[in-house]
Amino acid sequence: MKIILNGNPHETDAATLDAVLGELDLADAVVATAVNGAFVSAAERGETALRDGDQVEILAPMQGG
Amino acid sequence: MLEFYGTSVSSRLLLGTAQYPSPATLSEAVRASGTAIVTVSLRRESGRERGGQDFWALIKGLGLRVLPNTAGCHSVREAVTTAHMAREVFGTPWIKLEVIGEQDTLQPDPFGLVEAARILCDEGFEVFPYMTEDLVVAERLVEAGCKVLMPWGAPIGSGRGLNNAYGLRTLRAHFPDIPLVIDAGIGLPSHAAEAMELGYDAVLLNTAIAKAGDPVMMAQAFAKAVEAGRLAYEADPIEARDMAAPSTPLMGKAFL
Repeated sequence: MKIILNGNPHETDAATLDAVLGELDLADAVVATAVNGAFVSAAERGETALRDGDQVEILAPMQGG
Repeated sequence: MLEFYGTSVSSRLLLGTAQYPSPATLSEAVRASGTAIVTVSLRRESGRERGGQDFWALIKGLGLRVLPNTAGCHSVREAVTTAHMAREVFGTPWIKLEVIGEQDTLQPDPFGLVEAARILCDEGFEVFPYMTEDLVVAERLVEAGCKVLMPWGAPIGSGRGLNNAYGLRTLRAHFPDIPLVIDAGIGLPSHAAEAMELGYDAVLLNTAIAKAGDPVMMAQAFAKAVEAGRLAYEADPIEARDMAAPSTPLMGKAFL
């Protein structure tokens, strides 16, 4: 299945958002997630199934003004 | 003491964390400034590098309060979603709400800002709206539930200081009891002092310190300027006048 991960095409076998984070070694990272523009809380990631073409955003703390 | 949403704040200088030459300089400048609040953002985590994790460890190590922003958001939906993400990651209801309306000046979109502020305040966020000095927009934001207002001095990163001191003075006079923070446009410590002399409660800046030749020394300069400006405000300055008024007593002057 091909998803759009942080703006780039990404091939994945992960069925859920949680599994994608695992694939990326970000399971324990401090990140926030959104799918198709909607916030998905950490608690909801395991039940959030991904479909072909989904836009997934994984954001982390960054410098800001 | 100054309070934001019931939280006492020990410094009237709020600092951004971007554009420093190195993480070590950021830490040193933050300490030198004496700030109690730093702003942070959310950006895409860069794969295996995990840059965000290192940055977050550094910020947590500073032991300060964080004010996450929605920088770069151009729509209500984007800003609200970013606020939700920030609340989870940073564990705070505080959000510096930016809804940008125009790319050249990064001027806030007042319509989107008020709409997003209303949604977020209703959801329990404690919103710090980045706004222009427009009085009516300020009224709407307060009606929406904002208990802090953050008008710009000048466009972000421009270093122009207070473009509309009259408008800012009007805003201060109109909202005597709401904490007002000058956010953006400050270039020099004298600009920060001017804001404080106008009776503003605090200033928020980033570029003026981060991009200075010596950010740590500039952080010290801003700390002194903010303190001096606040003291001057509390000391009740004299009114400016057009003509001279002799300071040396005339009485007792010799007839020569």
